[in-house]
Amino acid sequence: MSRSTIDLWVGLFVLMGGAALLFLALKVGNLSAASFTESYTIEARFANIGGLKVRAPVKVAGVVVGRVADIRYDNERFEAVVSMAVESRYEFPRDTIGAILTSGLLGEQYVGLEPGGDERMLKAGDVLKITQSAVVLEKLIGQFLFNKAAEAPQP
Amino acid sequence: MIRNIGARVIDGVWRLGFASRFLFLLLRYSGQSFLRLHLTLREIYFSGVLSLLIILVSGLFVGLVLGLQGYETLQRYGSSEALGVLVALSLTRELGPVVAGLLFASRAGSAVTAEIGLMKTTEQLKAMDMMAVNPIARVAAPRFWGGVISMPLLAALFSAMGILGGWLIGVAFIGVDDGAFWSQMQAAVDIRYDIVNGVIKSFVFGVAVSLIAVFEGYDCEPTAEGVSRAITRTVVSSALAILALDFVLTSFMFRG
Repeated sequence: MSRSTIDLWVGLFVLMGGAALLFLALKVGNLSAASFTESYTIEARFANIGGLKVRAPVKVAGVVVGRVADIRYDNERFEAVVSMAVESRYEFPRDTIGAILTSGLLGEQYVGLEPGGDERMLKAGDVLKITQSAVVLEKLIGQFLFNKAAEAPQP
Repeated sequence: MIRNIGARVIDGVWRLGFASRFLFLLLRYSGQSFLRLHLTLREIYFSGVLSLLIILVSGLFVGLVLGLQGYETLQRYGSSEALGVLVALSLTRELGPVVAGLLFASRAGSAVTAEIGLMKTTEQLKAMDMMAVNPIARVAAPRFWGGVISMPLLAALFSAMGILGGWLIGVAFIGVDDGAFWSQMQAAVDIRYDIVNGVIKSFVFGVAVSLIAVFEGYDCEPTAEGVSRAITRTVVSSALAILALDFVLTSFMFRG
């Protein structure tokens, strides 16, 4: 076996490549945080989801507790249905409020949960009772103008 | 002139057909070549281990440049902490696989073509055939698989090295906050979406480059001029294939 030196180098090369992949996965992509933890799904209905995307974070008190798993449109109630995968180690009361918020002025949109005071906890497949839709800037400006016009003194 | 164009088109189609048949034969006989694993290991050594230095050094420099340029642009918007995101995403998604693929094609692909072309010119391949040794299983398949295995590892090393380079410039020299650099990067980079897709890309590039290199060597005219032309064709068509495949793969993978 005169090839042992080559074997050594190849082994070293494969090890280095594996280490680089591991570095990318653990240090750069932070594998430990999300992807493989167990989760359960809860749903929420919104009149308007704005620019919410699948895989957007679900946050409680600013901490990421899950991801948006699926967004679809309910053609009977004319509402958007957002399913969220929430990590199993977190539990929330049944009267938790879901809202679509924006991080920063121009940031991405996320689902913010406001825990309520109910004794019973949300289970997999439950639907949030109270939700608050995304703020649409055009509507806001329209309302503002409308109010301004209403305020204006009548001659 | 029209006759010339026609001849070129027919020649191109001919070569395409031969390349497809060649890929089929390559896959069919690779089982035989895996029985003698040391051949493939040797090729991993020649195309992977010996490309390490150029990949690592260029990865580092690409990372350094990304760090400098990214900082220059980001600090105008007061978000220099996003430097980690910029460096990591551009490396894992695009630059890592593509630049590593281009370097690999010119460093290892050309060498494979030259070797096989010279073997053909000196009629070693015919001699093997005479001795009932299948030259595709003995010569072509190990080189093909050596390249296919090496390429994703090299691309990962390139990306990792580039991120370290970006860290070196951003954090160690310029003074971006270390914690923000890593935590913003970890928040923005997704394993499946960014890193696995990057690895898939580099694997596809590895298959394309290795196939082109082995095929051009196998198909070259058995003259000194023919070998040199085959090497040129390897580098040119590998580069074109990488960039075109990159566009196709990106449009499939990253669709908002």
